[in-house]
Amino acid sequence: MERRAVDLWVGLFVVAGFIALMMLALKVGNFGAYSPKDVYVVKAHFDNIGGLKEQAPVRSSGVVVGRVTGVRFDSKKFDAEVTLSMDSKFKFPTDTTASVLTSGILGENYVGLEAGGADDNLKQGDVVKLTQSAIVLEKLISQFLFSKAQETPTKPKEE
Amino acid sequence: MVDGLLDWFRLIGAKTINAVWRIGSGTRFLFLILFHSGLSFRRFGLTIRKIFFSGVLSTIIIVVSGLFVGMVLALQGYETLQVYGSEEKLGVLVALSLLRELGPVVSGLLFASRAGSAITAEIGLMKATEQLSAMDIMAVNPIGRVVAPHFWGGVISMPILATIFSAMGIFGAYLIGVVLIGVDVGAFWSQMQAAVDFRYDIVNSLIKSFVFGVAVTAIATYEGFDAAPTAEGVSGATARTVVTSSLVILALDLMLTAFMMRGWN
Repeated sequence: MERRAVDLWVGLFVVAGFIALMMLALKVGNFGAYSPKDVYVVKAHFDNIGGLKEQAPVRSSGVVVGRVTGVRFDSKKFDAEVTLSMDSKFKFPTDTTASVLTSGILGENYVGLEAGGADDNLKQGDVVKLTQSAIVLEKLISQFLFSKAQETPTKPKEE
Repeated sequence: MVDGLLDWFRLIGAKTINAVWRIGSGTRFLFLILFHSGLSFRRFGLTIRKIFFSGVLSTIIIVVSGLFVGMVLALQGYETLQVYGSEEKLGVLVALSLLRELGPVVSGLLFASRAGSAITAEIGLMKATEQLSAMDIMAVNPIGRVVAPHFWGGVISMPILATIFSAMGIFGAYLIGVVLIGVDVGAFWSQMQAAVDFRYDIVNSLIKSFVFGVAVTAIATYEGFDAAPTAEGVSGATARTVVTSSLVILALDLMLTAFMMRGWN
């Protein structure tokens, strides 16, 4: 097959596109990011999940150990049921506390796990019993104001 | 007075009917291209030449525009983010705006005006000089031999161009944000990586640019094939290609974005 200059240019063009895509995938995107293969699924019930969404990370001591794979409303218990897909490399005791936390002030919500002291580990299909809801800013402010109002006025400082 | 009003209504009616008629025949034309595209893959050299024509020759404008759009985004984004003390988010801002919207849309608009108009002019002029009829007489299907390679060349080029545009834009933002202004380089990339999702952002960007590529080349080839075989007809068709495909890109972008939006279920 004869080779033409056009073929060279088109080849270069396609290679440039491929390089750009690889740069976008690896350098810009999270293609190489953490997504565990072997997982066990546990559920946790929260009174309030704040802005937690699917695909949010599950962290313990700041390290990603799993992903949120489902968020739905439990119409029997009237709370939010969150499905956590945990990497099977990491085992957590049955009395682990799950809480909805925020990374930074304006950051995304994630599920934080704090290990307890029980001997048995969480298995596939278990439910995390100890949970802590997301902190809602309005509630926090009203609590703060309420407790401020209850305080007895202090004497002005003496010099 | 009444006659003038009636004429006016007649004009609107005629224009509407004409538009619907053109949409119908355009759709039929798209199916004709798909039906006759066997040749453009059996003799892939034909398509390669058209990729050179619409893709490689558009690379320069895409690279330069991408670089400058990224640089401007970085400057503007820094000005605004600085107010909230979150200039480390600059990378996120630039990467998401480029991948989700600007990459596919701006490169689609540039592609429509650079390559789409050229495709229309070439096919229109071939029609005006009766080259297409000559092919028909020689039992060579002009849609399979001329139009389909143009179509596939454009469809293949467009996602590549949009990807290059986004990558160059992010590089331009890096130049302005990190090298010139001095945003922390680690925060720039790591925050970007945390926010950009391969499936939701990069793959959707490719899907968008592919759809725009199909739309632009389909419109360009149809306008060229449908052009009145005169100098005026070809110039009118070329202008219509740019206008119609730009509007179609913007409309399609709104629809695709609405479909792709996350957390909308």
